[in-house]
Amino acid sequence: MSALLVLAVTVPLLGLAPLFLLRPGAGARIAVAVLGVGCAITGAIAVQVARTGQALHYFVGGFPPPLGVALRADGFSAAMLCMSAMVLLLTGLFAIAGGGGKAPRMPAAFFTLLLALSSALNLAFLAQDLFTLYVALELLTFAAVPLVCLEGKAGQLSAALTYLLFALFGSVLYLLGVVLVYGLFGTLDLALLARRLAQAPPSGTFIAALALMSAGLMAKAALFPLHLWLPPAHSGAPPAASAVLSAVVIKAPLFLLVRLWSDLAPLPLAQAGAPVLAAFGALAILFCGVVALAQDRLKLLIAYSTAAQIGYLCLMFPLAAAADGQWSALAWTGGTLHLVSHAFSKAAMFLAAGLIAEAMGHDRLSGLAGAGRVAPVSVAAFGIGGLSLMGLPPSGGFIAKVMLLTSAIHQDAWWIALVILAGGLLAGAYVLRVVVIALQRPEPAEAGRVPPARECGARAGIALALAFAAVLLGFLPLAPFAFLSIGRPLSWTGLLP
Amino acid sequence: MTGVTLFGLAGAILAGCGVYGLLSAGGGLGRILGFNVLGGGVFLIFGAVARRGAAAGFHADPVPQALVITGIVVAFCATALALALLVRLREVEAGPAPDDGKRETER
Amino acid sequence: MSLLFDAALCLLLVAGALGVVTARGARRAVLAFIGYGLLLGLAWVRLDGLDVALTEIAIGSGISGVVLLRAVRAVPEAPRPGTRPLAALLSVGVAAALSVMVLALPEPAPTRAHDVAAALPATDLGNPVTGVLLVFRALDTLLEKVVLLLALVGVWALSRDPSWSGRPAPLSSEPASAPSAFLARVLAPVGLLVGLYLLWVGADAPGGAFQSGAVLAAMGLLLLMGGQIRPPRTSSPRLRLLLLAGPLGFLAVGFSGWATAGVFLGYPPGWEKPVIIAVEVAITISIAVTLCLIVLGPPSAEEGT
Repeated sequence: MSALLVLAVTVPLLGLAPLFLLRPGAGARIAVAVLGVGCAITGAIAVQVARTGQALHYFVGGFPPPLGVALRADGFSAAMLCMSAMVLLLTGLFAIAGGGGKAPRMPAAFFTLLLALSSALNLAFLAQDLFTLYVALELLTFAAVPLVCLEGKAGQLSAALTYLLFALFGSVLYLLGVVLVYGLFGTLDLALLARRLAQAPPSGTFIAALALMSAGLMAKAALFPLHLWLPPAHSGAPPAASAVLSAVVIKAPLFLLVRLWSDLAPLPLAQAGAPVLAAFGALAILFCGVVALAQDRLKLLIAYSTAAQIGYLCLMFPLAAAADGQWSALAWTGGTLHLVSHAFSKAAMFLAAGLIAEAMGHDRLSGLAGAGRVAPVSVAAFGIGGLSLMGLPPSGGFIAKVMLLTSAIHQDAWWIALVILAGGLLAGAYVLRVVVIALQRPEPAEAGRVPPARECGARAGIALALAFAAVLLGFLPLAPFAFLSIGRPLSWTGLLP
Repeated sequence: MTGVTLFGLAGAILAGCGVYGLLSAGGGLGRILGFNVLGGGVFLIFGAVARRGAAAGFHADPVPQALVITGIVVAFCATALALALLVRLREVEAGPAPDDGKRETER
Repeated sequence: MSLLFDAALCLLLVAGALGVVTARGARRAVLAFIGYGLLLGLAWVRLDGLDVALTEIAIGSGISGVVLLRAVRAVPEAPRPGTRPLAALLSVGVAAALSVMVLALPEPAPTRAHDVAAALPATDLGNPVTGVLLVFRALDTLLEKVVLLLALVGVWALSRDPSWSGRPAPLSSEPASAPSAFLARVLAPVGLLVGLYLLWVGADAPGGAFQSGAVLAAMGLLLLMGGQIRPPRTSSPRLRLLLLAGPLGFLAVGFSGWATAGVFLGYPPGWEKPVIIAVEVAITISIAVTLCLIVLGPPSAEEGT
């Protein structure tokens, strides 16, 4: 039993006390320090998983399932834990690096929500009990929604309310699925449920429960057609909040979707249901990609891009659920890598967009000519982050897309390959559009209105660091990554006493 | 047809009413009420599941009941936050109060 | 005979829910909702879920009702459009599908009652629901306390004052009427006793931290309505300590479980009941203060008038 799992969930909560009891400045610095400790803990978990080659687990309170709640870290969870810890830490540093008027409007609220996000994300990645996952999703929602409207403007409040209502709708659907599962099996532990489901073909009620839970998670993950809440919410939030929302908050429901379909549903059911999810993913990539092209505001463009990129993970489902071991492992690695590299690149792009908007005074694309001179490091960060989005080498996005394409072609899923290529083209179009405009010399009439270069070095450096992290992932070998397969499929022989 | 089954069916119908409320609501408050009715229906179904699991000297399976208590508190938090957002949104839309401008320039 | 009663209760429940979703005007819908919540509590009594019934009536119908009524006053409601046939069709479909699934639940029903019965004597508790909440699935309860705190942070984040230094607006702008003040002075001590009793008895009989916290919060609101106390200053360190007492106290007990029982959220053998009750006290205080503050709303920008 590894106590690190518990620490990952509970240590961020310890940072709440200084935020409530001390002055906001001191509390903020302690909060970022706690996020740093969280980074170290998740790194230690990943190292331990890699060294032992097995999943780590912990029975909270000493009660094993089905009575108690289990936490479990396999390779996939460990990768997600490290990714979210790093993005949260860098975003926290970004928020305190901007001193004075550039700091978040309500630092006590901002850092409380950031710490709560850290705890909620870690719980979502580690918990093995369907109801504990429900609590994690609720914690995530309550930490994310106030981030959207921290600045108090009407548009942001409206976006936050829509976000909350969609998220609550998703929660209720998910809970309904949990109720039905308990009514059928009397337990909510993933390992025990998987074992029971392997013994007999799933009943209609279970399929309905799985569909309900998936629909709920789709609403929370803004998968087409339930994506309407995402663009206003992510674009209206302050830059640090947008980065966190698009990079990591949206990944937790997607992770749970993967968990349910790969660990809970028996293989024939997964193979039957995967094309449906992939169809939604394809529609997300194509539809949201086209809408992103038509945007005039930079932050809205990036938000629509998030809605499109979520589709890539759903494309992974039919490829990874196939019976063919080699190509499904490749698709699994590709999908996971896409999740992680998208997190880094999207965080970089949102932070950079925030800095550009701050330096130029607005974020309308039509007026961004000359931004390359005013905020060069930010535009560079945006561009380098965009490399991963477009799928150009060297970047994590490129490796991920190549893996998915290879797997698709070898499994004769031509439509998936076409969608991946089309998505890459669309992403290239909207990223390059922004970069080209930013690097243009402004018209003489406009030149007087372009402010002098006064970019903040530390914050732009953080955005650049995130973009480089996405690029670094491109140096992974083009083969199934063994680390991500540790602990899969759910091997329940070692979990119960 | 036992009493427990009746309550389970009532829960199902309540969930349907809640969905109707969510879809046909005129404004945020109606949607929030619809969400509460839907949640209440789901909890009632869970309660029927709990009552069916009576064994070992207990009148009902305690685990679902504990989960429902957690769910009720979470639903209340959601209602409260949604209502606070709604009220603040209407306040901001109605126009800034006289001391708002002073507050913002003081920052 | 009892089947007839259950059938009548179910019909009333459905009628109440229909009343809520089809009411003309927000105020009527909210009042219907409060009444419907009481009926729901009765249904839970019939389902032998007394703890849940108490929670539903106190929090689901009571305190939710207060928040809803306050919101109705502040929000001019849009006129309700005529019945939407597509929505009605969808909801009938949902209800029908769920009914089929409820009728198709397996017989004999799977249950965790045996596991709970086997593990409960070690905790010295008599109420199995409290056992599940505070011992077997304590992680869920701990995080749910954090959810409550976050809801309060979310409400406070809507304040016009970024430094959270003022007091929330009072519950009503006029000074409290004499009957209101009288009610507060007479009922609040009784309510305090009831709340403390619910907390104490929750270890062995229906009751517990959430129900007790809700009753105490209601008494706090009553005192505020009766003008007996003022809304507290949001920046007060004592208030913030009370808010943090629940989640951080529970967390501290959880960490100490490593030393005493060798596992996170494990209780020291032989000392389970006292520690559980101590945790319940801390949680109840936090819940009461948090619920009260959530109802009061965000701190206003004016400095303590």
